[in-house]
Amino acid sequence: MSDGFSVRRTFAITRRELAGYFATPVAAVFIVIFLVLQGVLTFNLGGFFDRDQADLVPFFGFLPWVFVLLVPALTMRLWAEERRLGTIELLLTLPLRQSEAVVGKFLAAWAFCAIALALTFPFWITVNLLGHPDNATIACGYVGGLLVAGAFLAIGAAASAASKNQVIAFVLALVICFIFAAASYPLVTDFISRGSPALATFARRLSVIERFQSFTRGVIEARDLIYFVTFIGFWLFLNTVVVDHRKAD
Amino acid sequence: MAALIEIEGLTKRFGAFTAVDHVSFTVARGEVLGFLGPNGAGKSTTMRMLAGFVTPTAGGARVCGHDVQTDAVAARQNLGFLPEGAPTYPEMTVQGFLRFVAGIRGYAGRERSERVERAIGLTTLAEARLQPIETLSKGFKRRVGLAQALLHDPPVLVLDEPTDGLDPNQKHEVRGLITRMAKEKAIVISTHILEEVDAVCSRAIIIARGRVIADATPAELAQRHPSGKLDDVFRAMTEPKALAA
Ligand SMILES: Nc1ncnc2c1ncn2[C@@H]1O[C@H](COP(=O)(O)OP(=O)(O)OP(=O)(O)O)[C@@H](O)[C@H]1O
Ligand SMILES: [Mg+2]
Repeated sequence: MSDGFSVRRTFAITRRELAGYFATPVAAVFIVIFLVLQGVLTFNLGGFFDRDQADLVPFFGFLPWVFVLLVPALTMRLWAEERRLGTIELLLTLPLRQSEAVVGKFLAAWAFCAIALALTFPFWITVNLLGHPDNATIACGYVGGLLVAGAFLAIGAAASAASKNQVIAFVLALVICFIFAAASYPLVTDFISRGSPALATFARRLSVIERFQSFTRGVIEARDLIYFVTFIGFWLFLNTVVVDHRKAD
Repeated sequence: MAALIEIEGLTKRFGAFTAVDHVSFTVARGEVLGFLGPNGAGKSTTMRMLAGFVTPTAGGARVCGHDVQTDAVAARQNLGFLPEGAPTYPEMTVQGFLRFVAGIRGYAGRERSERVERAIGLTTLAEARLQPIETLSKGFKRRVGLAQALLHDPPVLVLDEPTDGLDPNQKHEVRGLITRMAKEKAIVISTHILEEVDAVCSRAIIIARGRVIADATPAELAQRHPSGKLDDVFRAMTEPKALAA
């Protein structure tokens, strides 16, 4: 194509999408469920108060799993809805690159997750009222949480492009997100290492949660950032290919 | 002067089924081409390929000299496309939707507002500008789709059933609009209303089962039946008996 990737057009898509979330009850429902789930898990299952420690360890422990469940619900309609309404035909015949539409939609969903994550600030206020937590570590945890959300969103967006059916898109995204979340857990690695220990190490290195845990310990390493950027880039590329291939089906 | 629309051997197969079969034609500036054919003939599929939405199985198309596949963005900058059914984002307001399209098309600031105003004026949407599109009647929705296609005053217009669902006044308005724009543009409209072909088209193509079976002026076509009526010509040419022969 004659002209390059346009950030302006990408942001035009992002703005429209983001406004779309808030024009329907989707946004409110998602945010409420997210906060309630995080709250129940952190305070009840995580024993937030019983631990007698001023940190957000239980909060961040559950966060990726809540995302495994909720992010596919957010992304399932991303492309399926455009197909159902026929607006995909309008969108993809405007003078823009398909990758701009893909990235624009992804950024909107990511910004939305950032808003949801920001609304968990009462947790942070609570620990600061109860004690003297290491706020730098908490900030790193939030950065990691946002990256995990981005990784799962990229998976979910590609799944949504692959299927017209929102239920299939949801289940597909859930399964793939779960695999990448669980890849470092002994349950999975033990199973794999029975066949090949090298493969188990590889699975652990691919795990989203393993990477996330170093963020929650207050460590941000370049290789972890590179991992997330590559991960998201890979799925967005796949998303673009799938959209191009299946847009008119 | 080269034609603004060039279609060459355009073919689309869905599995074993051939929806569009080696369709070739060109449309020059000043022409209004009526694209006719029975349901399922392949009109929308041809238009979708022209807009770069459906990838052709074989053949190709150019808009203002830009290949719709390899130079898609440039081709689409020169094209106003109304997809079948005039899809729009239901939760957006008319004005919000047109501003979004204008933004994607690269307009900003004053020019963006002016383009939107002009499109709203052309399609008489002023009274509905702040209404969410989902609350509009069918005819108004269609006009929003039309406004979107006219926004950038493109040299090439491809409109899939632009007057479907419009009331008689609006049909008249839209036909007048097309006639007024005809001089500087190449326009393709698909329609099932044959009187519309008489009213606005300088040329008509009939397609059936994916193939072009007639390409002539409406007057020439009408003479192909003793009655001299386009309706009768259409029926005689596209009824199953005639096609099987
Ligand atoms: N995605 C698709 N998969 C399979 N078949 C398709 C697909 N899209 C269109 N077709 C088939 O191609 C043929 C042509 O369809 P098209 O929509 O182009 O017809 P049309 O001439 O626009 O008809 P109408 O007047 O009803 O709008 C039809 O038989 C249709 O079923
Ligand atoms: Mg059609």
